[in-house]
Amino acid sequence: MAKRVGIEVSLAISEAVKQAKVDAVAAYPITPQTHIVEHLSELVADAELDAAFIPVESEHSAMSVCAGTAAAGARTYTATSSQGLALMNEILYIIPALRLPIVMTIANRALSGPISIWNDHSDIMGARDTGWIALFAENGQEAYDLTLQSFKIAEDHRVLLPISVNIDGFTLSHVIEPHEFLDQEEVDAFLPEYRPAVQLNPDQPVSMGMVGVPEIYAEAKKCQDEVLKNSEAVIKEVFAEFATRFGREYRVVESYRAEGAETLLLTMGSVSETAMEAIDILRDRQQRSVGLIRLRLWRPFPVAELRRAVAGCRRLAVLDRAVSFGATGGPVAEEVRSALYGIDGAPYVGSFIAGLGGRDITIDDFIALAGQVEKMAETNEIHQYKMTGVRE
Amino acid sequence: MISNSELVKKYFRYNKKFPHIWCPGCGIGTILGSMLRAIDDLELEKDDIAFVSGIGCTGRAPVYVDFNTLHTTHGRALPFATGLKLARPELKVIVATGDGDSTAIGGNHLIHACRRNIDITTIIFNNYIYGMTGGQYSPTTPHGDKAYTCKLGNIERPFNISALVEAAGATFVGRSTSYHTLQLKNIIKRAIQHKGFSVVEVITHCPTTYGRINRKGGAVEMLEWQKEVAVDREKAAKMSPEELEGKIVTGILLERELPEFCEQYDTIIEKAQSLDKG
Ligand SMILES: Cc1ncc(C[n+]2csc(CCOP(=O)(O)OP(=O)(O)O)c2C)c(N)n1
Ligand code: SF4
Ligand SMILES: [Mg+2]
Repeated sequence: MAKRVGIEVSLAISEAVKQAKVDAVAAYPITPQTHIVEHLSELVADAELDAAFIPVESEHSAMSVCAGTAAAGARTYTATSSQGLALMNEILYIIPALRLPIVMTIANRALSGPISIWNDHSDIMGARDTGWIALFAENGQEAYDLTLQSFKIAEDHRVLLPISVNIDGFTLSHVIEPHEFLDQEEVDAFLPEYRPAVQLNPDQPVSMGMVGVPEIYAEAKKCQDEVLKNSEAVIKEVFAEFATRFGREYRVVESYRAEGAETLLLTMGSVSETAMEAIDILRDRQQRSVGLIRLRLWRPFPVAELRRAVAGCRRLAVLDRAVSFGATGGPVAEEVRSALYGIDGAPYVGSFIAGLGGRDITIDDFIALAGQVEKMAETNEIHQYKMTGVRE
Repeated sequence: MISNSELVKKYFRYNKKFPHIWCPGCGIGTILGSMLRAIDDLELEKDDIAFVSGIGCTGRAPVYVDFNTLHTTHGRALPFATGLKLARPELKVIVATGDGDSTAIGGNHLIHACRRNIDITTIIFNNYIYGMTGGQYSPTTPHGDKAYTCKLGNIERPFNISALVEAAGATFVGRSTSYHTLQLKNIIKRAIQHKGFSVVEVITHCPTTYGRINRKGGAVEMLEWQKEVAVDREKAAKMSPEELEGKIVTGILLERELPEFCEQYDTIIEKAQSLDKG
C-alpha cells in the first residue's frame, strides 16, 4: 500500500529519480533547483542510488555530459532553472535530434534582467522550440508522478525524445507537501529497464551527430517533428497505464468544473490550484458559469484536446507567466488562438500576463480576470496581450 | 586612513541598498573594505571606476557601492568588463568574482583575459565553495574537503588560482586573505596601478557553508586559520617545500611588463589608418 509522507517537493522528485534507478546524473547548481541535485548526490553517496553523479562546471557542460551518458545507453537525469536552462540552450537542440531520452526537471524561474531568482515561466518559454516534450506539474504529487512517467514516455521506442518536467520554483520546489510514494516493486513493474534503440558501443559502432547536408536536413527535421507530434499518443498511453496501476489520473489537458462553463480560465503550473479556489467561489458563491482548463502538456501542443476542452465556451482567459516581447499574445495565448483559429463558434480569447518574477497571483486576481475577459468579450475588444497587476 | 564611518558615507549606497545580504561573519565585506581603502588611498574619482561582477555572494559587491557598477551573469563578468574597457579605456575597471564564477562557469574567460593582458584588475574572492547556492563544491575546494555535493570528500584536485593565472599570462598576481586586511589593501593598490591584467586572489571564509560542513568553526576560527597558514612571499622563499606544506604564500607573487591589449589595439588602428593613407 502506498505510504503518504510529508516532504519537500524537491526531495520527492529526487526520490522518483532514485526509484527510476537512473544510471547518470550531471548537473550544475542553481537556485531553486539545488535541493533536488544535492539530495541525489546524497543518495549516491549513501549507496541508495547506484549512479554516476557528475557535478560539472556549468549547465552547458551538464547537458553535454548528459548527451554523452545517454548516447552510451545510460538512463540520464538532470535538473536546472532559469539562466542555467538558457546556458544549456545550444545543447538542448542536439538532444532530441540525437533521439536521446533524457529527463530534466526545470524549477521554473524568471530570467535576468533584472536579476531575479523568483518564479515565472520565462525559462521554459525560451526553450520552447528546442524539440523537447514539456510537461507541467501543479503540486508535489504530480511532480513525483510525472517524473516517473517521463522516463517511460521518453524511452518508448516510438518516442526516444527528451522530456522536461516543469515545476514552479519555490512555490513547488521548496514547499513541504504530502506525497504518496510508490513501492520500488511497483515502480519496477511500471518502468522496465531502459533498452536503448541505438547506443555508442565499441562492439557495434554507430555514428552520432552527423552533418545534415541540404539534401537531407529538412527530412531529418520532418522526422523529428513527426516523432514529437506522435509522442502525444504514447504520453496518453502511459498516463492511462499509470492510472490503471496506481489510481492517479493524468490528462494532457486537464479541466476543473469546466462542464458547460461560458467563461473558462486557462493556466499552467502550480497557480492552477489557486485558480481552482477562485472557480469554487465564482461557481458556488456567485453562481457564475466559470471553469478552468489547465495545460499539462505544453509540447507537443495538444491541439485537438484543447479544442475539445474549450468547445462550447464563449470566452477564454489565458494566463501567461512569461512575455514574448512585442508578440501578438502571451506565449500560451498565441498557441491557443492559433489552435482555435477558423473553428466555428470559437471563443473570444483574452491574453493576460501576470505573475512575472515571483509576483503573487491571488484568488481575487483570478476572480477579477474572469470579470475582465467577460467585459472584453462583450465589445470583442481586439488586443494583443494585457499585463495585469503592474504599476504604471 | 579613512575611518569606517567616512568609508561607508563616501563609498556605499548605504541609504538605498542596505541591509546587505551577506551572512554575519562573512569575509566578503572585509575584502570589499580593503578594496575601498585602496581606492581611497589612490585618490581615484568614484566616477572613473567601473566595478563589474558576475553572480554569487561575491557578485553582490557592486550593488552596495557608489561607482559605475555592472552586475552581470554567472561567470561572465570578465567578458562584460573586456567590452567595457575597450569602449572606455580611460576607466579603471575592477572585477569582483567568486572562485566558482571565475574558475568554473567562467574559467575560460579568466584564462583568455590573462592571455590578452587587458588592463583590468580582477579580485577573486576564493572561499573554496559555491556560497550563494548553498555550498556545492567548486574548482578550488581542497581535495578531500566536504561540500553538499561531496559529503564524503572531494575527489577532484583544486586549481591553484594564482599559479593558473600566472601560467595563463596575467602580468600581476597577488594573494592575500580576508584576515590580512592591510596587506590586502596594499596589494590591491598595486594591482590597480599595474598596467595590464592583474589578479588578486583573496582566500576568504564562508562560515555558513564551507566552514559549517567542514567543521572549521565560526568566522573567528576561520580567520585564525588564515593567520596561521599565510606566509609572506619573502619568508616563504627561505622555507623548504616540507615547511611550506599546507601553507598559503601571500604577497605580490608576480609582476611583469608586457604589452597591454587596449594599447596594442590602438597601435593596430593607427597602423591600419596609415596603410589607408599610404
Ligand atoms: C548560468 C547560471 N548557473 C548557475 C547559477 C547559480 N549560481 C549562482 S551563484 C553560483 C555559485 C557562486 O559561487 P562563487 O562564484 O564561488 O561565489 P560565492 O557565492 O561563493 O561568493 C551559482 C552556481 C547562475 N546564477 N547562473
Ligand atoms: S553564504 Fe558564505 S560567502 Fe555567502 S554571504 Fe554567507 S558566509 Fe558569505
Ligand atoms: Mg565561492
